[in-house]
Amino acid sequence: MIALGRLATRVALAVALPAALLAAWWFASAGSTDFYRPPLSRILVAFRDTWFGPRLVDDVLPSLARLGLGYGVALLLGVALGAAIGASGRLRAALEPVLEFVRAIPPPVLVPILILVAGIGDTMKVLVIVSGCLWPILLNTVEGVRGVDEVLADTCRSYRIRGAGRLWHLVLRSASPQIVTGARQALSIGIILMVISEMFAASSGLGFTIVQFQRGFAIPEMWSGVLLLGLLGVALSLAFRGVEHLVLGWYHGLRSVQRER
Amino acid sequence: MTLRVSGLSKVYDGHGRRVEAIGELTFDVAGGDFVCVVGPSGCGKTTLLRCIAGLMPPTAGTVLVDGTPVTGPPPGLAVVFQEYGRSLFPWLRVRDNVELPLRAAGLARAQRRERVAAALHAVGLGDADRAYPWQLSGGMQQRVAIARAIAYRPRVLLMDEPFAAVDAQTRADLEDLIRSVWRRLGVTLLFVTHDIDEAVYLGQRVIMLSAAPTTVAEDLDVDLPDERDQLTTRGDPRFTELRARVYAQIRKAQGRSAQLRQPHTGEAGDRA
Repeated sequence: MIALGRLATRVALAVALPAALLAAWWFASAGSTDFYRPPLSRILVAFRDTWFGPRLVDDVLPSLARLGLGYGVALLLGVALGAAIGASGRLRAALEPVLEFVRAIPPPVLVPILILVAGIGDTMKVLVIVSGCLWPILLNTVEGVRGVDEVLADTCRSYRIRGAGRLWHLVLRSASPQIVTGARQALSIGIILMVISEMFAASSGLGFTIVQFQRGFAIPEMWSGVLLLGLLGVALSLAFRGVEHLVLGWYHGLRSVQRER
Repeated sequence: MTLRVSGLSKVYDGHGRRVEAIGELTFDVAGGDFVCVVGPSGCGKTTLLRCIAGLMPPTAGTVLVDGTPVTGPPPGLAVVFQEYGRSLFPWLRVRDNVELPLRAAGLARAQRRERVAAALHAVGLGDADRAYPWQLSGGMQQRVAIARAIAYRPRVLLMDEPFAAVDAQTRADLEDLIRSVWRRLGVTLLFVTHDIDEAVYLGQRVIMLSAAPTTVAEDLDVDLPDERDQLTTRGDPRFTELRARVYAQIRKAQGRSAQLRQPHTGEAGDRA
């Protein structure tokens, strides 16, 4: 009962502010005749009409597929390169200045360059997402791999745990808290780049559609697109938390035990 | 499985400071023996153990495990470290921690399960197999590390001050546990400790080390009966005699180290 009560309190706390903001928006905009700031009721109608139809398949899904692909490639590449760089002091010394330089470039400025290289198709959009998501994952993985405990490494050596077993059970698992931190940063960067890459040169996608609405003065529809992006962000971050709970359950448990002692 | 350490020395050289951790060590451990190594703090006990385990190359000399020179971690050798909290994988449950070396060794699933269950049962953790190590007390964590070593069925087991960080009662329990494990498995056991009572209580032999640069100060046979018990063995007049003898030897070594320390570190001066 107590646990249930706590859960109810937490849900109420999480929902309270969004509900209050929506209510404020609803009442403040209720009688609005301003063309650019339509009432929330009209935006919600536009939301239903716009997104629960062919646009879901034509625009939302392609956007999400490009995000998923770009994010997935960045994750694989970042963890693989990060593990290699983190494990070798020499490689790290040689690459670190370059990595810091590349990381400092805001990914959106790469869009024009990537258009030149990869055209304006899906490849370019996926590459933009990869080029932005890669760095936080890579640099955090490097830090995580460097921090492998020496006693644990000795334990692996003396039990002759080597190769893939060592990589998985020692290196990647002990770096997993940092990898997850990098992946979380990369996810929000990925969502931003998904939209931006579609604003430059595209014929489908969320970013493209929102810009189209804005240019065609379909203002309630434009607002509804922004609302949808926000909701997608919330859904993705909830999904991320679920995965994190699975991957890092041990870490949160360990941390809470260490805090008690 | 015999263990032969001959002419072993280790010099740490770095940052303009040369530290001779091990001067020259030579000793043998016959197959199936339980030998304790004691010495004053800072005498290079851990360095010796790491050289034997193949985790660190000696500066000179050799370690032979069953006639084969050690150049890296040898097969059939397990180490139990003092820092149990850092030698267990916090992301693996207890049974997976015990199982991992067996997986790396390529054992079949059924065989692994059987060994893991038997090893956990032997250390009294049969029903903690699904817990994570950090959910257990320090003594229980060290039991998990011992179970992992048992399941691996090593022919040589090295223990580096394994009970230094647990409370006195747990320590006594773990000492009896390790005695019974040793007698059942017939493993060659080298046990490093700074605790004189523990060394005499556990070993068939006690090797006393001098202060750095380390040599063997004395090699003492412990002629106590094989059946040992915390109350009667520790109350045995012979135990008290042996203990006093080891204690005197360690004191002597510490005195010498205080005298030696000054000129010894002085060598660093001309290199800096």
